[in-house]
Amino acid sequence: MRFTLNGVATDVDAHSMSRLLDVVREQCALTGTKEGCGEGECGACTVLIDGDPVCSCLVPLAQVEGADVETIEGLGGDHPLQHAFMSEVGAQCGICTPGMIMAALPLAPNATLDEIKVALSGNLCRCTGYAAIYRAIMKARQT
Amino acid sequence: MRTGVSSLDLRRASALDDALRMLSEEARTPIAGATDLYVALNFGTLAPRRFVDIWGLDALRGISVRDDMLVLGGLTTYTAIIRSPLVAARLPMLIDASRQVGGPQIQNRGTIAGNIANGSPAADSVPVLAAADAIIVLRSVGSERRVPITQFYTAYRASVMRADELIVAVEVPRVDGRQWFRKVGTRAAQAISKVVVAGVRAPAPRFAVGSVAPTVVRAYATERALAAGASIEQAAMTLGREIAPIDDVRSSAVYRNRVAERLLRRFWIETS
Amino acid sequence: MMPAVGSNVPRKDGIGKATGHARYADDLVFAGMLHGRTIRSTIPRGRVRSVRVVGETPGLIVVDYRDVPGRNVCDLIEQDQPFLVERDVRHLAEPILLLAHEDREVLGAVRVDIDYEELAPVFDPERSEGVLKAIDIVKGDVESALADADFIVEGTYRTGHQEHVYIEPNVVVAMPEEDGIAVFGSLQCPFYVLKALKSLLGASAHIRVVQTETGGGFGGKEEYPSMIAGHATLLALKAGRPVKILYDRVEDMVATTKRHPSIVRHRTGVMRDGRIVAMDVDVLLDGGAYSTLSPVVLSRGCIHAAGAYRCENTRIRGRAMATNTPPNGAFRGFGAPQTQFAVEVHIERIAEELGMDPVTLREQNALRPGDTTATGQVMGVDCSARMVLDEAVRRTDFRKKRDEFAGTNRAIGLALFFHGAGFTGSGERHLNSKARLDLTERGVRIAVGSTEIGQGTRTMHAQIVADALGISYEDVEVAQPDTTLVADSGPTVASRTCMVVGKILEECALEMRRRLGDLTPAAYHARHGAFSVLRKYEPPDWIQWDDHTYHRDAYATYAWGCDVVEIEMDPDTFEVRPVKLTAVQEFGRPIHPALARGQIEGGTAQGLGYALLEHVVMRNGGMANAQLTNYIIPTTLDTPELDIVMLENPYVGGPFGAKGLGELPVDGPAPAVVNAIRYLGLDVREIPAIPEHLVACASR
Repeated sequence: MRFTLNGVATDVDAHSMSRLLDVVREQCALTGTKEGCGEGECGACTVLIDGDPVCSCLVPLAQVEGADVETIEGLGGDHPLQHAFMSEVGAQCGICTPGMIMAALPLAPNATLDEIKVALSGNLCRCTGYAAIYRAIMKARQT
Repeated sequence: MRTGVSSLDLRRASALDDALRMLSEEARTPIAGATDLYVALNFGTLAPRRFVDIWGLDALRGISVRDDMLVLGGLTTYTAIIRSPLVAARLPMLIDASRQVGGPQIQNRGTIAGNIANGSPAADSVPVLAAADAIIVLRSVGSERRVPITQFYTAYRASVMRADELIVAVEVPRVDGRQWFRKVGTRAAQAISKVVVAGVRAPAPRFAVGSVAPTVVRAYATERALAAGASIEQAAMTLGREIAPIDDVRSSAVYRNRVAERLLRRFWIETS
Repeated sequence: MMPAVGSNVPRKDGIGKATGHARYADDLVFAGMLHGRTIRSTIPRGRVRSVRVVGETPGLIVVDYRDVPGRNVCDLIEQDQPFLVERDVRHLAEPILLLAHEDREVLGAVRVDIDYEELAPVFDPERSEGVLKAIDIVKGDVESALADADFIVEGTYRTGHQEHVYIEPNVVVAMPEEDGIAVFGSLQCPFYVLKALKSLLGASAHIRVVQTETGGGFGGKEEYPSMIAGHATLLALKAGRPVKILYDRVEDMVATTKRHPSIVRHRTGVMRDGRIVAMDVDVLLDGGAYSTLSPVVLSRGCIHAAGAYRCENTRIRGRAMATNTPPNGAFRGFGAPQTQFAVEVHIERIAEELGMDPVTLREQNALRPGDTTATGQVMGVDCSARMVLDEAVRRTDFRKKRDEFAGTNRAIGLALFFHGAGFTGSGERHLNSKARLDLTERGVRIAVGSTEIGQGTRTMHAQIVADALGISYEDVEVAQPDTTLVADSGPTVASRTCMVVGKILEECALEMRRRLGDLTPAAYHARHGAFSVLRKYEPPDWIQWDDHTYHRDAYATYAWGCDVVEIEMDPDTFEVRPVKLTAVQEFGRPIHPALARGQIEGGTAQGLGYALLEHVVMRNGGMANAQLTNYIIPTTLDTPELDIVMLENPYVGGPFGAKGLGELPVDGPAPAVVNAIRYLGLDVREIPAIPEHLVACASR
């Protein structure tokens, strides 16, 4: 099964109904994408498929054949969102942070606060009350 | 406990004819956006083990207008609906519903055909389609038929759809009248509906309610009462006799009854 | 050099949480690792007659209570909870058998048949005869004062379970090591786990407990990890290989601890002029099947039960009762959210009876320096009840808003609350916590058992040490909590990590500074080599506390809060939407303002969930809605604008004047929300105030 993972053509040998989340974490050894619920409710497993945020705990591997998958590792370590999430305390325990950042990636630079809230409405955070996450996203735009 | 996948069997269809042929030859369950698949497998509510993946069938995507009908390909996602100027112009209540399904991640994968075929009485798009008298286009090898959505469901999670059929499109005739939609969920986003209603205000009003019976309810008696000039109180009482909500982990029959009646009232006031 | 304390220094966590490189326990890979699975009872009460693993599964490890080398007791306060059922089942989902296998699918497919003799379960704490703990706190003469009062106002208030929903479920890996075991896990208290494993394996066993990056705790990983660690340990020792036990969300919600449900009854004597002269309070907690931390939850709940008010005659009677449900346990707030919900709604009702403005009633009776609490503790200058109340009322223009909203579907509500920091009474002395600083080549290393669980422990401790030592924040490193390498600083709970452990660290730093003299750490190290300073907790010398009568100084200091929330209710659906919440909170002094703000915002969101959304549905003694689709916490769209005000009133015994903050924010939102709803004409006295309940209130 071949797909593009963080810009690199990747061949994976796994059952076609494996969850994309498990393939990413195990076969591909990228553990930045997290499992919080396995039901598509918490968004901690969010990755981008062809630019769209999806819950990787719900995607069968077969459905990403030929697609472009991006995980948190694909951002490298120097993205403005990553720095802002730490400096603005948008990340406290950090377990929701990779999914939160991936869900925030497609946001337009001039997105309003309401649009940010809607874009993140599929990502649960139990630590922050979300306010610092909005501050992190706003801060990242200035850089 | 997470379901093991090694006992699951998936074939991928390369084209619609391919998928239909597979369905005619073997007992397989189609999967599209799969937003309910692993949940159902893990909770033991999905017995089948053999699937056919139709996510790649681009022929089933696309939104168009034909013969004054809005035509939505079966694999149209909620996101595609939300972004469609055609839907905005002709069936804005479907956009309201789509915006309130799950969150963006679910909207990016969930499909209209999946929502219909999954058969949950809490499906958010189904009352909209029922109030709009939408038609489901079913195809199998060598044949195609159209079933009004109001005749599609027969019992809880059961429909007239055959095992060898796919929902290839949903056709929505022109809707004359003001459209109204309201979902009452457990919270503001990512919520399963406790009560979900869609209405069309016209000389012959239409009103459909989800999550209050084993299948979606088109409240025909209520509609007739309203059309005949009954008071909203009488119409609400009539509605109470057309629905049969239950108590479950999310809500109660008493609450659902009360809210359905209040929403009928609100629909009537806001669309006058 | 710029002081670190009081500024938003870069966090010691680095950027790993935002890049995906931070390692949580499920991210760790261990060679030869097996997966573990827990077989749990399917009945709430009874006896196990037989256990049978069906069929032959090569490579399957099976563990039952007979495999316990030491004591089959999960050591906490009482010694009543076993790691594995021997015969008696006391709650649904009680662990009976453990399995491990290399292949997760094979493991999941194993069938275990268990035969039970069922007994009649008790689910209602009011009908239970099992007293887990009883407390009586008496001050003055309540009966006489009630007899002399102008009015007596009575009320009963209820709160339900609350589930933590840390986004990372419980997970532990146990690895055989030398002649013992190493346990890596998502946990708040590595030394609690160590103690429990010593009980399990025998005191001479070599045990190492290491906290991995932890994805949220909130108390849910205070005591529970001892259980899952014990299970992983038993499997690992039998297998001779590492074993990981990872709960999925359903298992985590069904089987692990939750906040204690409560029924609190108030009988209050007031005078016509608004003076509260007698408070008679009865606190009932549902402890679940085993004691776990119920005695201390009850303790804290009772101490806070009279609220932030002055009253000469108080009697608080508390009982924690056993029921055949999974044991309840620590959850941020620890009894105080329950009892302060009750008193804050009750005080509104008192005002209604008196025909008085509830804000004025609070102003009149709020604790001031010199007043005594229900335990007879004299409030000092660090008492900020009026400070937070006055600021919240002023800032929100409360009275004017309340008048404006009258008759509409909008309302505004208020709650005044406080929270003792550190362990109750003599608790800190018994804990006897220690902290250690090690001199390093470049600077210093903090070696404490306090854990980072998102609240900023690493950063905040480093700030305190840097400033006390007079060195650069960058030269302070923080050791990962490994019980063989760090000092036992006590558990990371009870809002004590800054105020208590931070204080010990400050003392360590000052001692180290004296020894360094004029030399920098690097210079000293080059010349004389490394050294360590180990100090233990020294209670303030003025604290007096009686463990039997619950008299005098329950806590070294208190943090104070006043929350005001504006809500809107849908007249058709009775859905309540919080529109804006103002939280005025006083906690001595913020060490890292952004981290402190995060505690307030996050705790407030949890409090809002507790108030409106979070409903644990119990059926047959177990959680019936144990999925995130059915047990719901606030999303972005459910969380209102938060206006946070941080006031300062330093506590001299805290590092740089800091008090504890972690739990205070959860105490306020629920009563503030319910008090707002009350202004809409609904006599709500329980939470969660879900629409179904509000419809019922409206029908009355």
